[in-house]
Amino acid sequence: MRLTLREALLSFRRAPLLSGLAVTTIGFALFVLGLFSLVALNLRQALSGVAERVEVVMYLQRGTPVDVVTVAIGDIQAFPEVEGVTYVTEEQALERARSELVEFQGVFADLTDNPLPASLEIRLAQGYRDAEHVATVADRLTGFRFAEDVRYGGDWVEKLDRLRDIAAAVGFVIGIAFAAAAVIIIGTTIRMTVLARNREIHIMRLVGATDGFIRRPFLLDGAIKGVLGGLLAIALDYAAYLAVSRSLFTATFFSAGQMLLFLLIGTVLGFVASATSVNRHLPPL
Amino acid sequence: MIRFQQVFKAFPKSLALKDVTFQVGKGEFVFFTGHSGAGKSTILRMVYADDLPTGGSVIVSGMRTSELKRKDIPRLRRRLGIVFQDFRLLDDRTAEENVAFALEVTGTRRSAIAPKVMRVLTQVGLAAKAHAFPREMSGGEQQRVAIARALVNDPLVILADEPTGNLDERATRGVFQLLRDINATGTGVLMATHDLDLVRQTSYRTVELKEGALVYDSGAEAHDPLPEER
Repeated sequence: MRLTLREALLSFRRAPLLSGLAVTTIGFALFVLGLFSLVALNLRQALSGVAERVEVVMYLQRGTPVDVVTVAIGDIQAFPEVEGVTYVTEEQALERARSELVEFQGVFADLTDNPLPASLEIRLAQGYRDAEHVATVADRLTGFRFAEDVRYGGDWVEKLDRLRDIAAAVGFVIGIAFAAAAVIIIGTTIRMTVLARNREIHIMRLVGATDGFIRRPFLLDGAIKGVLGGLLAIALDYAAYLAVSRSLFTATFFSAGQMLLFLLIGTVLGFVASATSVNRHLPPL
Repeated sequence: MIRFQQVFKAFPKSLALKDVTFQVGKGEFVFFTGHSGAGKSTILRMVYADDLPTGGSVIVSGMRTSELKRKDIPRLRRRLGIVFQDFRLLDDRTAEENVAFALEVTGTRRSAIAPKVMRVLTQVGLAAKAHAFPREMSGGEQQRVAIARALVNDPLVILADEPTGNLDERATRGVFQLLRDINATGTGVLMATHDLDLVRQTSYRTVELKEGALVYDSGAEAHDPLPEER
């Protein structure tokens, strides 16, 4: 292992320019991959922010006793899809209308009777904020005897669903494309290293080195380049993130776990690329 | 120990070896002579399984080279020491490291490497130059390092392809004497050369090749009839 490491590091010392170039290209490929991941990440977060507002409103019949409503709230809260229920009384509804609809202030002021019904606002739990579940819950709510009406933004929940699917698909396809580009780049640089070290490989063969022995330093070399490229990509992505956050809008950066995953991806890409490249370009015995 | 039986080697446009049959016993010193292109190097390459016969068979230390699996070839080569006209040293490693390389490659224990390397460097008379790089050494010295590298795995036989081809007369004498000394300790030597002066100096067995065919073998009688060696 020590020997493998030494031979792998030797390739950096012997061909610093080529190695640097390899790390930079890998870094840039992963950087673009990272940028798209960041966009996807932020889009997802923005969408989930919107999705949190997915709720079902049940308007109650006038005069529904509070204790009946309280029991119903308990029942509704027991639904697996439900995160929370807020009871809005008739007075609170009017209060809210007054403060939110300032332009109708006069209309509300003249009222002797409160025309607004009480309602239950039901927020859905994460994982259930899609059109299908919203509809199920709404359907179930109509079963309550005192339900005057059940409303939910069916239309835009469906649009949200579709947007989420599109974002996931685009992210996936672009991610695969750039991962493939990274593999090709790493493969090419490893191939150049193999060719540059042809003479050495030849001598190794003459003194009886096995294929595995010859291959190992190249695999490690590829993995190291993948890690370094990954680090460079994270640094570049972080710079991009800072630039965007400062000038445009507050964005989110990767968590520590995600960065680790990113490095792991770089390592695996480097390893896989060098494995295929070495197998293909190792001179015959 | 090495046996060629009706060996043919055909390349797309030429025939490198034509019906070559001979055998070499353990510890023997054999010259392969002939003009360039006569097939000397091809014979040596076939011994270390860098080339395989297109007809006939080559048997080295009981292994038929054409039947070797890819993973068996390193095992065969570890029993051989190979020396070239152009030394084939790694330029960015010292004499010591070049020799140690052959041991590292074969998975020798680290603690065993240094003493072995010093032993062979002393044997070839280069103990004082252990830390010199190839560019800091003369051609003769570089070839001695290459011979040390070939020796360090205790081979059954040294295969030397024109080992003195790039050397001046004095270095040639030194390297040749070194190979004779090595042979005197029981290691076989197969040496391809077109330096007939060298060949005439000694009474070693000489195999002469011409256009791929074996035209003279001074030791043929000694091996007739061929005993089964497998």
